[in-house]
Amino acid sequence: MTRRVRLIVFAAAAAAVGVLLVVTVVGMPPFGNAFHPYRDVAVAAAIAHQTANVVSGVNYDLRAFDTLGEETILLGSVVGAAVLLRPGREERERTEVPEDEPPLQAVRLVGYLLLPVTLVLGLDVVAHGHLTPGGGFQGGVVLGTGLHLLYLAGGFRALERLRAVPPFEVGEAVGTAAFVAVGIAGLAVTGSFLANVLPLGTFGSMPSSGIVPLLNVAVGMEVASGVILLLAHFLDQALRVERR
Amino acid sequence: MSGVALATMLVALTLVAVLGTAVVLTADPARQAVTLSVFGLALTVLFFSFQAPDVALAQLAIGAAVVPLMVMLALRRVRRQR
Amino acid sequence: MSILHVYAYLVAGWLLLGGAFGIARSRNLIHAVVCLSIAQSGTYVLLIAIGYQSGASPPVFGGSTPPDVAAHSAVVDPVVQAMTLTDVVVAATVTALLLALAVQVAKRHGTLDPDELTSLRG
Repeated sequence: MTRRVRLIVFAAAAAAVGVLLVVTVVGMPPFGNAFHPYRDVAVAAAIAHQTANVVSGVNYDLRAFDTLGEETILLGSVVGAAVLLRPGREERERTEVPEDEPPLQAVRLVGYLLLPVTLVLGLDVVAHGHLTPGGGFQGGVVLGTGLHLLYLAGGFRALERLRAVPPFEVGEAVGTAAFVAVGIAGLAVTGSFLANVLPLGTFGSMPSSGIVPLLNVAVGMEVASGVILLLAHFLDQALRVERR
Repeated sequence: MSGVALATMLVALTLVAVLGTAVVLTADPARQAVTLSVFGLALTVLFFSFQAPDVALAQLAIGAAVVPLMVMLALRRVRRQR
Repeated sequence: MSILHVYAYLVAGWLLLGGAFGIARSRNLIHAVVCLSIAQSGTYVLLIAIGYQSGASPPVFGGSTPPDVAAHSAVVDPVVQAMTLTDVVVAATVTALLLALAVQVAKRHGTLDPDELTSLRG
């Protein structure tokens, strides 16, 4: 298909989709209205399980099975990207990585100062996911990204010294397995996969909402490891791997 | 709903639409990584103004940092190939 | 119905079609992957807009006592937020997979222009 034909086909299809979208939008309940039946059910169910952050309640309790599916997509993508980014037969990895120009002192200082702050923030976001906005997905990304402030501050060598890849491969697997293990515990105790098996605790306190904090930690571990592994492979390809 | 909240939502929506268009129309992927990062920030503001702090937090880390960074690294590898 | 009531939905549709347009005219696979992530953002805007309720708060309750029943309906829809939030993170890893594929294509074929990838033509 030539470029011109492709764009004509696209224009026709886009016009059709556009018309359908406008027709749908006009027929939808008005934006901002108060009719939210799923909200009513989800909020009541989350509060019954002493979960203050209803979004976490939905993700790690009411729809935890769906989240396990999402986690599996994440795991599959990380593994797939890692396989694709392995150095091929016609490539080799340089042992000495040429450093870019050293970063400005101010950048290094800010990087080293922000690194511990970001990591603590990430842990906090994971740990309080059932109480305040946050959780395993967000905290995991903050942790995984935050670690790379080390690259900003100390360059590739500093990052490599402190970030070995194998522990995060283990972390990725353990995080996923922990989610399944919590699910099987539910199956064993109550007869339903991922059913709550822990005491629900008191609303708004640190130990509350049953399995939600546990699954937050499992997901946080998997997401943080996944982000670190992906960036490690991309960094290797960008800086280290070259043609033989 | 207060006028300020409504105005924030309208501005955020407009920003997202304009910046999204800018990302698509940026032909050079290296410059796209930068516009994509700004688009990610605009989307974060949008989620905050729509009372979705959980989503905003995820979008902030992903949209403004992780994805643009991976795009830049992939480009750097491809450039060296040529 | 005022334009205001459909504006959020139209922005969502605009992002979807705009991203798809970018993919259709793209001359670089990495550019196409970025455009796909724009199209995907349209679904986030749509979901979040559907769950919005005028004047409502985020679905996160502060304090140490469970809110009373009246407060239940004063928050926006948490279900669409939960779906969007997982998708934002999972989509990033899928984007990484697509970028890795693009890097492989560049290695094997020496180009990222879809029109030059003759061996992939159907």
